[in-house]
Amino acid sequence: MRNHALRPFLVIIGMVVVIMAIRLIIVPADFGTGDRGYMYGWHRAGNEAEWKAFAVKYKFNDEYCRDCHFENYDAINQSPHVIVKCENCHGPAYDHPASPPKLEIDKSRQQCLRCHASLPYHSSDRANIKGIDPDDHHPDMECSMCHNPHNPVSGESK
Amino acid sequence: MVHGEAWTIKELFVYPNEYVYWSIQIVMYPFMTGLVAGAFVLSSLYHVFGIKQLKDMSKFSLVFSFALLFVAPMPLLFHLMQPIRGFYVFMTPHFTSAIAAFGIVFSAYGAIVASELWFVYRKHFVETTLFIMTKSDKSFTDKIKYVVFGLLTLGSFDISEKALKKDEKMVRLLAAAGIPVACFLHGYAGFIFGSVKANALWMTPLMPVIFIMSAIVSGIALCMLTYIAASGIRKYYLKRRNISLQASQPEHLAAEEHLGVIKITAKYLVLFLVFAITLELLDLIFRGYTAVKAWDIIRSVIYGKDFFNIFVLQYGFGNLVPLVIFLLPGLTIKRTVAGALLVLFGVFMMRWNVVIGGQAFSLTFAGYMHYHIPFIPHDYETFKEGVFGALLIMGMPFVLFWIFANIFPVFNYKKRL
Amino acid sequence: MMTRRDFLKGVFGSLVGVALPVAALEIANPNKLYAQKASTRWVFLVDTYKCVGCGLCVKSCKLENEIPYDANITRTWVERYVITKDGKMFADTPKGARDGFALSKIALGQNRYHDIRNEDIKKAFFVPKLCNQCENPPCVQVCPVGATYQTSDGIVLVDRKWCIGCGYCIMACPYGVRFFHPVHKVAEKCNFCYHRISNGMNPACVDACPFGARMIGNIRNPDDPIANIILTKRVGVLKEEYGTKPQVYYIGLDKEVR
Repeated sequence: MRNHALRPFLVIIGMVVVIMAIRLIIVPADFGTGDRGYMYGWHRAGNEAEWKAFAVKYKFNDEYCRDCHFENYDAINQSPHVIVKCENCHGPAYDHPASPPKLEIDKSRQQCLRCHASLPYHSSDRANIKGIDPDDHHPDMECSMCHNPHNPVSGESK
Repeated sequence: MVHGEAWTIKELFVYPNEYVYWSIQIVMYPFMTGLVAGAFVLSSLYHVFGIKQLKDMSKFSLVFSFALLFVAPMPLLFHLMQPIRGFYVFMTPHFTSAIAAFGIVFSAYGAIVASELWFVYRKHFVETTLFIMTKSDKSFTDKIKYVVFGLLTLGSFDISEKALKKDEKMVRLLAAAGIPVACFLHGYAGFIFGSVKANALWMTPLMPVIFIMSAIVSGIALCMLTYIAASGIRKYYLKRRNISLQASQPEHLAAEEHLGVIKITAKYLVLFLVFAITLELLDLIFRGYTAVKAWDIIRSVIYGKDFFNIFVLQYGFGNLVPLVIFLLPGLTIKRTVAGALLVLFGVFMMRWNVVIGGQAFSLTFAGYMHYHIPFIPHDYETFKEGVFGALLIMGMPFVLFWIFANIFPVFNYKKRL
Repeated sequence: MMTRRDFLKGVFGSLVGVALPVAALEIANPNKLYAQKASTRWVFLVDTYKCVGCGLCVKSCKLENEIPYDANITRTWVERYVITKDGKMFADTPKGARDGFALSKIALGQNRYHDIRNEDIKKAFFVPKLCNQCENPPCVQVCPVGATYQTSDGIVLVDRKWCIGCGYCIMACPYGVRFFHPVHKVAEKCNFCYHRISNGMNPACVDACPFGARMIGNIRNPDDPIANIILTKRVGVLKEEYGTKPQVYYIGLDKEVR
């Protein structure tokens, strides 16, 4: 070696080459600058498809429920609770009825108090919802013991 | 518990996802890299500016800087939620992020220190390898040493005067090149925080400069401490081997000359300490004067809940007291040790007050987060981001230094091979 | 004749020489830098008059997006603001409003509460929050490895396989929408239910809301009713001063909102 002073430099170059070689193996081929440029778009392109393929849980399509559950569907449609979707209380449908065969209903007090705990906030629509004082009104009972969630106004208790 | 929930107490109105995510290890990281840079700069003071009294010190601080260099990424490995993926910073760096650029600067800096060490110790590698080669009866450790030191020579066995002069020239070159890189290294740490517009405390253009100044201060303080410790340790070793000081080291400094070195170094320490204090006070005054939206909550943090940490611990014990210690006439070694320890404490508190302080108030500006560093580790998370994780990092430089000192001997007396 | 040394030097040199420019091209491709204006740019509209704080959006988001239900993090949440007659502002978001707001007293943290008498309330309202999918997302800018990025239709996503979990994006978001996913141990945030909107559905929170307080639209579609509201009615955005250009618009945004 003509100039031994360059030896460490060669070691460093060697390390850089090793890193570049590892890069060829580790970094996926579709990693690059996307449509949003380098600052906002530097990513692995394949990830977009991965997110698009993420499993859907809620259908949020009450028509889907109607075919089998038409009684409750019709009842709730004629009540102020028409705005509440089936899955808001019955949970996400997933692939019901294939899987799961039965959905778990949220019958807790807390589920109804979401809207019906009386809060007199007149600068929001909350004040327009009929409500109760949770500590006064049967604090240890489920609301559905007396109130029919599918027909809260004129429906008899279940 | 989600990450951060174990050590965060929320008060008043805080967003649901806010926790102290950047905790003790993110305090340790700039502290460690600051020591790396400072130790290197001190070493360069001899090689570049030829301050002869720092000759012994420069070898010591260079090896210590190298040991610190290996410790510096450890807080990050503890902090990352996916530490195995840490090297992705080198695979797909996103240079719009200060952290990505930091990775490259840090590696470049590591290359410079490693290269400089090679040139300083090449003669030792060659001599050791050749000596073992001549031994007829090689023990197992001898064989290991032969391989290790042989590899470290990188195949260049020429230790003629000419070759050694070349070595010295390269050391000077690398030491000089390393100084701006060391400044860059720490400027970047400041940039990481100073550029976060979402954090009202971090966001200031002064942050990179404040970080550089306090890094230099911490480096000088650490090297003053190690210099005093090293001289003391060497005296102890020589006494144990019954070698007289004069016989082993004709150019060994007498006690007064040691003090002279300390006094000169202390002058530089005071200079940079004054810079650091000035910048921090400037930042505080500007914030109070301009009183932007965040000022109300920041003021309540700085003058309220963090008053003790900032004004008593950092400015008081960490800046003012050492300043007085170093400015009063008649500086002694004992006073220097006290002053340097306080300075290091002050720099640590500065990192703490920036990192933790910046997360002490909520993004809502209407709530607070209290950081309670985990003491007893219940799981890996409360260990790595707790007191014991921090202590492990603090102790590592000394462990590594002890290991490295076997490869890069830092004391000049001839050891029995 | 070439020595072995010279040959090796040549090989190393060419390898480095080839690898570097190719990488640089990737970073500086002029065609990609000038992003073609995509036909879709998702925008969100929140009507704070309609929001009653029921939290059904938060519940459905957690279940739809597999965010552990009991964990104290959430992709979206609802804040309650109560301004009293003496001008004081109180705000809270118990569990992100996952269970709604059943208590009239304000949660102050650490199981402490502040009672407010109804007659003292001057105004009170609810503000749903979610990722703003900013046009200039600071979280994407600071990602050191390119794990978080913005799609051509404006959604900011996180690549769970590439995120190293440094948390820089979480610190960089002024709106506090990002967090660490407790199971995947990477950065996580609302993505407008990208898997739903890319397949002709609405985000879970939009459909879950019984009161129609949440709406999603495409600002590039001239026939989109939501885009129409944003462009013709008076709407506000959060923390405009940070220059992030957030794309969640609010009807009835009050000055007290944080």
